[in-house]
Amino acid sequence: MSHAEGHSWQNVGNCRPLAYAAFVRVFVYFLSDYQGFYCNQRPHWSVAEGPRWSDLRPRCPHLGAHSLCGHWISSSKQPTCRRALRGHKCPTGCSTSPIEQTLSPGSCDPGKGKTELVFWNLEQQAELLSWGRGQGRASNSEVLAGAMVLGEGVKHVGSMGGPQGLLSTLKLTCGEWTTAPVASAFPALLGSLKRFHLSHKVTSVVPESALLIVLGLVLGGIVWAADHIASFTLTPTVFFFYLLPPIVLDAGYFMPNRLFFGNLGTILLYAVVGTVWNAATTGLSLYGVFLSGLMGDLKIGLLDFLLFGSLIAAVDPVAVLAVFEEVHVNEVLFIIVFGESLLNDAVTVVLYNVFESFVALGGDNVTGLDCVKGIVSFFVVSLGGTLVGVIFAFLLSLVTRFTKHVRIIEPGFVFIISYLSYLTSEMLSLSAILAITFCGICCQKYVKANISEQSATTVRYTMKMLASGAETIIFMFLGISAVNPFIWTWNTAFVLLTLVFISVYRAIGVVLQTWLLNRYRMVQLEPIDQVVLSYGGLRGAVAFALVVLLDGEKVKEKNLFVSTTIIVVFFTVIFQGLTIKPLVQWLKVKRSEHREPRLNEKLHGRAFDHILSAIEDISGQIGHNYLRDKWSHFDRKFLSRVLMRRSAQKSRDQILNVFHELNLKDAISYVAEGERRGSLAFIRSPSTDNMVNVDFAPRSSAVEASVSYLLRENVSAVCLDMQSLEQRRRSIRDAEDMVTHHTLQQYLYKPRQEYKHLYSRHELTPTEDEKQDREIFHRTMRKRLESFKTTKLGLNQNKKAAKMYKRERAQKRRNSSIPNGKLPTENPVQNFTIKEKDLELSDTEEHPNYEEEMSGGIEFLASVTKDTASDSPAGIDNPVFSPDEALDRGLLARLPPWLSPGETVVPSQRARTQIPHSPSTFRRLTPFRLSSKSVDSFLQADGPEERPPAALPESTHM
Amino acid sequence: MRSSCQEPRPISAHHPHGNCDLRALEKGSEGRNEKTGKASNPGALDRKTSPSVGFGALMQADMQQSPGTRPKGLERQVSSDQIEQLHRRFKQLSGDQPTIRKENFNNVPDLELNPIRSKIVRAFFDNRNLRKGPSGLADEINFEDFLTIMSYFRPIDTSMDEEQVELSRKEKLRFLFHMYDSDSDGRITLEEYRNVVEELLSGNPHIEKESARSIADGAMMEAASVCMGQMEPDQVYEGITFEDFLKIWQGIDIETKMHVRFLNMETMALCH
Repeated sequence: MSHAEGHSWQNVGNCRPLAYAAFVRVFVYFLSDYQGFYCNQRPHWSVAEGPRWSDLRPRCPHLGAHSLCGHWISSSKQPTCRRALRGHKCPTGCSTSPIEQTLSPGSCDPGKGKTELVFWNLEQQAELLSWGRGQGRASNSEVLAGAMVLGEGVKHVGSMGGPQGLLSTLKLTCGEWTTAPVASAFPALLGSLKRFHLSHKVTSVVPESALLIVLGLVLGGIVWAADHIASFTLTPTVFFFYLLPPIVLDAGYFMPNRLFFGNLGTILLYAVVGTVWNAATTGLSLYGVFLSGLMGDLKIGLLDFLLFGSLIAAVDPVAVLAVFEEVHVNEVLFIIVFGESLLNDAVTVVLYNVFESFVALGGDNVTGLDCVKGIVSFFVVSLGGTLVGVIFAFLLSLVTRFTKHVRIIEPGFVFIISYLSYLTSEMLSLSAILAITFCGICCQKYVKANISEQSATTVRYTMKMLASGAETIIFMFLGISAVNPFIWTWNTAFVLLTLVFISVYRAIGVVLQTWLLNRYRMVQLEPIDQVVLSYGGLRGAVAFALVVLLDGEKVKEKNLFVSTTIIVVFFTVIFQGLTIKPLVQWLKVKRSEHREPRLNEKLHGRAFDHILSAIEDISGQIGHNYLRDKWSHFDRKFLSRVLMRRSAQKSRDQILNVFHELNLKDAISYVAEGERRGSLAFIRSPSTDNMVNVDFAPRSSAVEASVSYLLRENVSAVCLDMQSLEQRRRSIRDAEDMVTHHTLQQYLYKPRQEYKHLYSRHELTPTEDEKQDREIFHRTMRKRLESFKTTKLGLNQNKKAAKMYKRERAQKRRNSSIPNGKLPTENPVQNFTIKEKDLELSDTEEHPNYEEEMSGGIEFLASVTKDTASDSPAGIDNPVFSPDEALDRGLLARLPPWLSPGETVVPSQRARTQIPHSPSTFRRLTPFRLSSKSVDSFLQADGPEERPPAALPESTHM
Repeated sequence: MRSSCQEPRPISAHHPHGNCDLRALEKGSEGRNEKTGKASNPGALDRKTSPSVGFGALMQADMQQSPGTRPKGLERQVSSDQIEQLHRRFKQLSGDQPTIRKENFNNVPDLELNPIRSKIVRAFFDNRNLRKGPSGLADEINFEDFLTIMSYFRPIDTSMDEEQVELSRKEKLRFLFHMYDSDSDGRITLEEYRNVVEELLSGNPHIEKESARSIADGAMMEAASVCMGQMEPDQVYEGITFEDFLKIWQGIDIETKMHVRFLNMETMALCH
């Protein structure tokens, strides 16, 4: 707020933490490097000299105050020097240390003894807290309060309570600095309360963003009533450097790429032409009305109006995201509005800068050349920003490719390098938002493939946490910032006309552009869509931060602009945000539907992709599909090879992923259902004579520790083999039981070991226990699904056996490094169809190398049986073990599939689409016959006293 | 964005017609007939040379062959200009012959990379798609047939009503179904499905046949559970019929999936 009024750094050094965590150190290092670079390379923006070319060069408005060292604001006014931490000397003599700056990039007003403090990094907060404790001034409860902020993960702008600060008036006399954690915890906690504890009824009607603004207004009112000072403000620096990047990165990293690029043309048109149109028409119309004298006497010229138009024109990504996430319009509509709000940053930056410099110049001195420069600078800013983003995305992907042995810091790279792209493009005066957006968009595929499952989860959650935290703060502080009588200048005509013009011109612009677009678009934008598009043009914090950045000396009516912007933001976010949901319902806009990914759908979709690109090839035109096809080819051939781990390249196929995902989901719900019912006996067929019901209940803790935990943790390498052993017969049960017994002895009955309490900061090694759990899980799921498949497809016994051999063999080959003799050259699939006519012929149709194939296939089972084979001369009439097929006893000693190294995704049979979640659907499972390999029978035979201790519950139900 | 990517695209296939000029086209049928010269199938050429008529006739023929399957008003969607363009392309592909044979598709270089290339080319000659019979493959197709195949990919017109949209959707799905159902018995068997999936995934060298196969099996099971619901233990699911196929596609938007904007004239630059 007080950028324009001059300020000094005060006492910030005192709160410099004594020690920094490694993460912070890396960051600070980078920051200080940037600072050094910046100070030495960049000419300073000089108002007096008028804009030279270098001045006109697109400079991100966010940089109006270069937050890293703060010169651009402070240098001309008050070059306060502080001891430099890293020794960077700035030409202006300002050499604030980077750490001080990170702690106080905002402003502090010596007169009031207040300092804004930015907690931009969690660890820094932690450090600060520990520092506070070290000073002996903070009570534990305060540290706790701060820790809660930490827990929220909320990047937070707080206020250092000065002698006259809010908190002192609230009789919290804890000393000068230690109130900081409390102060910062206060709104954040309230915000989180709002976020999580408000009833769904309220949030389903009122968007969260609107609620937050109102909450901010209330808080601001309290602060004002207590203090008569606007203690909390949303400063542009804080906004652009700490609050905006997480939100935009989140948007880019989770951007649905196909949708985005599919609509890129539309998005670009709206973002570029639409924004220019909005800016120009709004500015000019306001000027026209001003000339008519309706607004009274204002000290503004045409350029001021255009400047105002340019900053109010841009649709705001934060506001759009916040509102549209709750509306659930269809994805095409969403991506258009949202993409526009992201990509119009470059236009806004350029327009804002150009007009700002024009205003500074004075209207008479603007030449045509300057205008041309402005237009050129648009391309430089946008393309340059994009390029920076792409370069950093490349870098990031490359880095994550080689982090296999440092899994623990993988997530850190994602954040650091993306943020670096933001900072770099800021530094180069390019569009930072574009840079970080494209960094996220381009790297997501490779990063997600490269990093481990756990890291991916970490990244996902951290990113969402940071983004939603930042969003909360932005909206709340928008509200708080508005409570400050000093910034309010009311001009009814100006405010109302601005509101009218931005809505009307937005609508007109959308209609015109859509008319143009619909001539080229395949999916037409209906009138209803256009209504939502125009109505969804929400303005937000970007406009506010930009208007606050204006120089009050050059723009005489800055306060009017500020108050109008606040009104516009509040109007769009609160009023339009409130009404857009009913509007969408009333207009019956096509909603997005959440559906489970289905294998068939994916397969057909892939087929369609290929067909379409083939049709385009054949008809000889370059269309969208052609480009996509070529790109994916290029990607597979070159990019993925460079940027992806080898193992990731293998398993990285969308269809395979879906397949894997579905398998896993089935398995989890399968076991979850078992847990819920306290038994897995429900999967047994009622016809099975021995109804063994092993009760889970007594061991619920063990189950929870093993089964569900395991299922949720170990997401890699699940092998579920579908083929079944089927057709249980009493005669073979004994033999089977023996087999099972040995299997269990071999693999499952290892005494559970204590967890080793080894501490390592850098590694999270899976313990033996987990490995064992994983084996057990794999086995269990595999068997269970086998039994399912059998009944579902109603396969003939021989068929099934044959098929199983093949599949087992295949799996083995994938899983184990040991080559399994001769590979099946070309499997005659015709032999193994499940058509009925074939079923009858199955015995005679066997392929010559059938046995050859089977030799590999049975090895798993054979290895299980080899010990018992001699012991059980009783006729094994299960075809799996029938002598003529189990010829190759030589190949017995193989690793079972579940012991194989884990990285590869082992595709397996998908069991079924729906697994019962509730008793109502449960009956769908009843027809499944359990395989003859059930261990339950073994338990019965051997008596309950032999129950294995911990691993039993899941293992008993294979 | 679109316009930027639609500059003329060189076709490496040799064709004598490479430098055809628009004037000749504008002059209409006579001029082109003379130019084309060696028309061995005058009937086809006649129709083709007056494209809009030809297409109308084609539509009529279609209606006769499979009454009720064609929604009305589809003629509007392929303008005569577009047919001109396609015809030029057809000539290019056929090497100025009145008909195209399978081998001609080898001349399309970009098709090489397509993993299901053979299936697509086959679909062009499939009698079911050409509405010439319940099964079998045609040896060669003329321009009409070519147009028939291409017309499967028309975008849905905004002027079409619900019923027409539904019909055209069905047609498009039928095309895909025929591609899967290689033995024309009205059922996608597991074997056929596996075949397709294997081909689909063959673009990725890291995916082995067995994984493709198990994916196909999984998809088949899914289809079975979608279409049959609860199955008796001894029930056998024989394959996906077209009705099942429609069921699987229920609720899935194919607006963007089965449409090509190739019938848009501004974007076509075939004549070099």
